[in-house]
Amino acid sequence: MQYEDYDVAVIGAGHAGCEAALACARLGLKTIVFTVSVDSIAMMPCNPNVGGTSKGHLVREVDALGGEMGKNIDRTFIQSKMLNTSKGPAVHSLRAQADKKEYSSSMRRVLENTDNLTIRQDEVSEILVEYFDSVEQNKEASDNKEKSDIFIKYVTGVKTTSDNVYPCKAAILCTGVYLKARCIYGEVSKYTGPNGLPAANSLTASLIDLGIDVRRFKTGTPARIDKRSIDFSKMEEQFGDEKIVPFSFENRSEDLECEQVSCWLTYTNEETHKIIRENIDRSPLFSGAIEGVGPRYCPSIEDKVMRFADKDRHQVFIEPEGNYTNEMYISGMSSSLPEDVQYKMYRSVPGLENAKIVRNAYAIEYDCINATELLPTLEFKTISGLFSAGQSNGSSGYEEAAAQGIIAGINAAMKLLNKEPLILDRSDGYIGVLIDDLVTKETQEPYRMMTSRAEYRLLLRQDNADLRLSKYGYRVGLLSKERYEKTVEKQKIIDEEIERLKNTSVGTSEKVLELLRSYNSTELTSGITLAELVRRPELSYSMLAPIDKNRPQIDETIAEQINIELKYEGYISRQIKQVEQYKKLEKKKIPADFDYDAVPSLRIEARQKLKKIRPVSIGQASRISGVSPADINVLVVFMKL
Amino acid sequence: MNYKMINEKDTIAAICTGLTGSGINIIRISGDESFNIAEKIFRSVSDKKISDMGRFSVNYGFIVDNKDSATEKTVDEVLLLKMQAPHSYTKENVIEIDCHGGILVTKRILELVLKTGARLAEPGEFTKRAFLNGRIDLSQAEAVIDIINAKSNLALNNSVKQLKGQVKDKIISLRDSIISKTAYIEAALDDPEHISLDGFTEELEPEMERILSEISKLVASSDDGRLINEGINTCILGLPNAGKSSLLNALLDEDRAIVTDIAGTTRDVLKETVTFGDVVLNIFDTAGIRDTEDIIEKIGVDKAKKEAENADLILYVVDLKEGLTDEDKKILEEIKDKKIVLIYNKSDLVLPEQVEDMNCQSPVIPGEGEGSIQKVNSVKISSLTGEGIDELKDLIKKLFYSGSITNEEDIIITNERHRELLISAEQSVRNVFEGIEAGVSEDFLTIDMMDAYEALGKIVGESVEDDLADRIFRDFCMGK
Repeated sequence: MQYEDYDVAVIGAGHAGCEAALACARLGLKTIVFTVSVDSIAMMPCNPNVGGTSKGHLVREVDALGGEMGKNIDRTFIQSKMLNTSKGPAVHSLRAQADKKEYSSSMRRVLENTDNLTIRQDEVSEILVEYFDSVEQNKEASDNKEKSDIFIKYVTGVKTTSDNVYPCKAAILCTGVYLKARCIYGEVSKYTGPNGLPAANSLTASLIDLGIDVRRFKTGTPARIDKRSIDFSKMEEQFGDEKIVPFSFENRSEDLECEQVSCWLTYTNEETHKIIRENIDRSPLFSGAIEGVGPRYCPSIEDKVMRFADKDRHQVFIEPEGNYTNEMYISGMSSSLPEDVQYKMYRSVPGLENAKIVRNAYAIEYDCINATELLPTLEFKTISGLFSAGQSNGSSGYEEAAAQGIIAGINAAMKLLNKEPLILDRSDGYIGVLIDDLVTKETQEPYRMMTSRAEYRLLLRQDNADLRLSKYGYRVGLLSKERYEKTVEKQKIIDEEIERLKNTSVGTSEKVLELLRSYNSTELTSGITLAELVRRPELSYSMLAPIDKNRPQIDETIAEQINIELKYEGYISRQIKQVEQYKKLEKKKIPADFDYDAVPSLRIEARQKLKKIRPVSIGQASRISGVSPADINVLVVFMKL
Repeated sequence: MNYKMINEKDTIAAICTGLTGSGINIIRISGDESFNIAEKIFRSVSDKKISDMGRFSVNYGFIVDNKDSATEKTVDEVLLLKMQAPHSYTKENVIEIDCHGGILVTKRILELVLKTGARLAEPGEFTKRAFLNGRIDLSQAEAVIDIINAKSNLALNNSVKQLKGQVKDKIISLRDSIISKTAYIEAALDDPEHISLDGFTEELEPEMERILSEISKLVASSDDGRLINEGINTCILGLPNAGKSSLLNALLDEDRAIVTDIAGTTRDVLKETVTFGDVVLNIFDTAGIRDTEDIIEKIGVDKAKKEAENADLILYVVDLKEGLTDEDKKILEEIKDKKIVLIYNKSDLVLPEQVEDMNCQSPVIPGEGEGSIQKVNSVKISSLTGEGIDELKDLIKKLFYSGSITNEEDIIITNERHRELLISAEQSVRNVFEGIEAGVSEDFLTIDMMDAYEALGKIVGESVEDDLADRIFRDFCMGK
């Protein structure tokens, strides 16, 4: 049977699906989101936190675009911490422990109360498509887009396992780890999604039918242990920050109230490692029972022990799963070893001697797509109207998923609304880096965001995500005019205040000298601008308030921007130069129908990769592995770009 | 569409030799149509068709206008070289016509070729095609320009070295060092649990110092490189009758075959280029030397200063019999900041045992402060017999090439683009030190490290640069 028509069908209601569905619905499109279990909307099946190194950046960027993740964690966090504060501002990262249950139900409430959005518990088994009859029709379909697509079919609807058809103009795959999911530990293997939820076993075949390249990845999670069985006296207590920085730019620090809970730090030891080494042949990872490729940067404890053989210990963080549960997450010790080895292994860790496992650690295998088949808009290059986001694109992590979700949602909406798509580039934000890497580099393992992946990270700080991205959120229609204008005003204040500091000199009055002495700063012999003083490592903008009588009343977050912009002006301007270089290559566009076979001197490997990935620009082409700078130079000369 | 394809079908042509009235000129045609074009304008003495000629052959015959018609007219007697793809410079079908050297006749033949279906090649287009067709890579193309422009054996050797990749190897090893340190910092930022940055800057500093000194050495060598490529601007000074003219003649005699006159006829030459082996001297105001040698003329201190101003090297000639006069000392004092070689000329007029007594054993001039002296390099020569000229050459080499020239293994940067990038890389490495000194955290240092890495990469074509290819092909001359 056939139900009513929708504009957009979102398949999956995890972190990607929620953002995608919300974006589409909020932009006025009639949207339906499918989930195998309504109770698992925005579920956190692995770590009980949001953010962290570089992932915190993603969350703030999602928020700056008008997404939900930042606001949702601000509503439900139970501990908040700014990481890496001993390093430069580029790598400061916000991380919050979540009450998992609360996080999930709070997001569910938001979805349930969003206009235009329908939630449906059902498994989608098929993407329905039609073929374009003629080249003209195809051209028409892609007229508003970058000429980088080669659509041959278009989405007409989705079908569920019960054979119900939901006609729609666009569909967004957000299937997470559910496609043909299999959970494994030791010799135990079950064909289920995480936490025993049903796997989605039918859709893969439909994707293959559509000509989509399906791959198999794996990831894993550690055990959950009963709080009452843990001896915390043998661990170091990890407190949250006194002063809480909200994830959402909409929230102010003083508005967030929370009785923060602690995490705990302990370590593995030689005994733990010995247990793992002696039983490594029983690990399905090493025995070959797991065929999926796992993430190198989020390794299981057996991976770490085998790879860092010289390390005599590894960190283990014990993190609460929520306020109303005794379950504790054993961060750093994900595993797929058999249950009996898990017991031995965990119990060898100080404080866990009597640990009672509530849920075993396990590895999970799943089908995902090859994201190089996507445009930077996250739409399939050959299937008009089919988008894909999140873990099913080969990424890992809630934040990576949410970031792709909002972009896929926005671009599905832009397409249906006949508006310009939103493509963030590597100098716009971590989201740009993430998506560019996914659609360009053919990741061979679950892709995790990392600061090292962002070349221009000093410009892409978590503290300025609003200044960088609000204009995009406003342009597409997700961010309110009020919030956008607030950001514009913020930028104006920053610029004016920096200008004022550069043009305001202080003399050698006793008041100035006294202030400098109090901070052990070199005394002055002649006048100096306030900007120069801010640049001194031992001083900051806020410290100089007593000697700056014309200083306007300025919000703390704005003061932070002024401080950073002035202190690191030299580095920032050098990064801006790097970005200018980068942009030049991004602007050299390659047409979708470019004939790489016509270029005689391209090496065979480069030619194959270029034909397969069909980069939209010379810049993107230069980042494809297997395409050398020499190949790029050949292309540039050949195309007379 | 925002790009323009090079039309592969185009057949291009150009005059490859400088139109300076040499013995022969060469017109090169490259592309699919080149054999057809040749067929229409060439009549071989044996009346052979182009298609019947050898794949790689030299053919004697005539360029004719209106071939096979009643008005057929011979334009020139030529040799025609046929090179069948892919065995040619461009890997395309190539015809080269060796015609007589007259400007008129060469242009006439080119016009004929263009009329018959070829398009005039853009500067560097032949090399561009060689590049696009995979015969050479970009750095080889760049070396091709350097070879064309090389004036001395050493410059040539260096370009050949670059073609072979020695510059490349050096740069790549520097880049490897930089990237391995950068990678460590990045890895530690991503995985602080397992990779520690404690004490890393102490390890980083000496490595960066090493890299800086290597880059600085290359930058310094590029000064040599300029002198190698463009020659040493040289000025011959000395009192009247010291023997300036005879020295000039002796230098010119040294390598008569490659003495070139730049400005025109020999009589009003303003600059002469003397090449002896590895060293190129651009000698200025040679006409002045010749004209004024016999005239009683007081060389003023001011005039000497003025002439010395733009010179890299001053050859100061002193008559051995006269010795160093007070006047000489006064002039030398004025120009002591320059590189000077004191030349005691006319050694043939002095008996060896007499030399010992001459006022030339300690060629010194007053230096800064009272009583201080400054050693000046000196050499005794005889312009007449050529004695001492070799010694002079060695001295000049030693003065200018800081030892690097004598060592075959050393790399000298002769390319201006490379020099600019090296200077930029040098600055970036200095910025790294500045950062370490200021105590910024390691994630800042990588910004400058990557800048250095990228700049070096652009030298060897390992970094992609938007206008790299343009810059390289732009420097080509027509016909290459």
